[in-house]
Amino acid sequence: MVAMVLIVIMLIAALVAAALKDLLGAVVVATLVSLITAILFYFLQAPDVAMAEASIGAALETVIFVIAIRKTERFEDK
Amino acid sequence: MRKIIALILLAMLLWGISKPISNIPFGMNKINVAKHYITKDISETGAANVVTSVVVLYRGFDTLGEVTILFIAAIGLASILYLPKKRVPDNPPVEDSSLILRTGCRFLFPLILLFGTYIFVHGHLTPGGGFQGGAIIASGFALMSLSCKERILSTVRLGVVESLAGLTFVTVGLIGLATGGYFLLNFLPKGTLNMLFSAGIIPVIYVAIGFKVGSELAGIIGNLMERTQ
Repeated sequence: MVAMVLIVIMLIAALVAAALKDLLGAVVVATLVSLITAILFYFLQAPDVAMAEASIGAALETVIFVIAIRKTERFEDK
Repeated sequence: MRKIIALILLAMLLWGISKPISNIPFGMNKINVAKHYITKDISETGAANVVTSVVVLYRGFDTLGEVTILFIAAIGLASILYLPKKRVPDNPPVEDSSLILRTGCRFLFPLILLFGTYIFVHGHLTPGGGFQGGAIIASGFALMSLSCKERILSTVRLGVVESLAGLTFVTVGLIGLATGGYFLLNFLPKGTLNMLFSAGIIPVIYVAIGFKVGSELAGIIGNLMERTQ
């Protein structure tokens, strides 16, 4: 039940991340996707993969994206 | 019109993939190799964490390749971002971080390092291992370089740590080749199950991987941060 709610939130967050024009917001929402993926891996009894996903997907990836956005543009224009 | 066709194609693809996957009972019907790992693993390797012994011993050569890929990616990034010292990039200067961020980072940084070290040292006993621990340590360094501008990582030192760790991995593998006849042979005694010094070469290799991954990822972030200042 909890897993189903998390999966729905994850799908919505993934769609929002693809649709957002504010790239910083999109990165934060994409981090949410990684975080929920890590929790789901833990529910599937794969704590090793969950830790890798949480540390790389949620922490390092966000830092790298934020640095890249800081160097370029924050808003996506056509 | 094109979007509708694309959606229909996507739906067909999804149906085609989900049909055979749904026929496989989840978590059942293991192939012979997986059965071998689960039933024979602990008596063969002496490691309490089955995932670790698969990653480091049974599939150790793949792990070496994985670490090499990460190494090459770090080299590629560094060579793209390389700027001669004289040319100062014309980015706007970074404002100082707030007192709260600085104090919090100084307090958290040692704890993050300790946690990352714990994870890769205990890789053969508890979930986690070299990759996870290294990534946690690198995120600690990322936090530090966000808060304290004066503490910039030395790329040379990171390179030395990384090379030594890589050499340790290959040397341990080659000792196995020399003594027992194949690469990454578990030549050390297995010890008692669930003790810190057990499982032969697994902890040695995972500590090496932890240092290697941590210094590589910290180097990548350090390179990126340097260019933004």
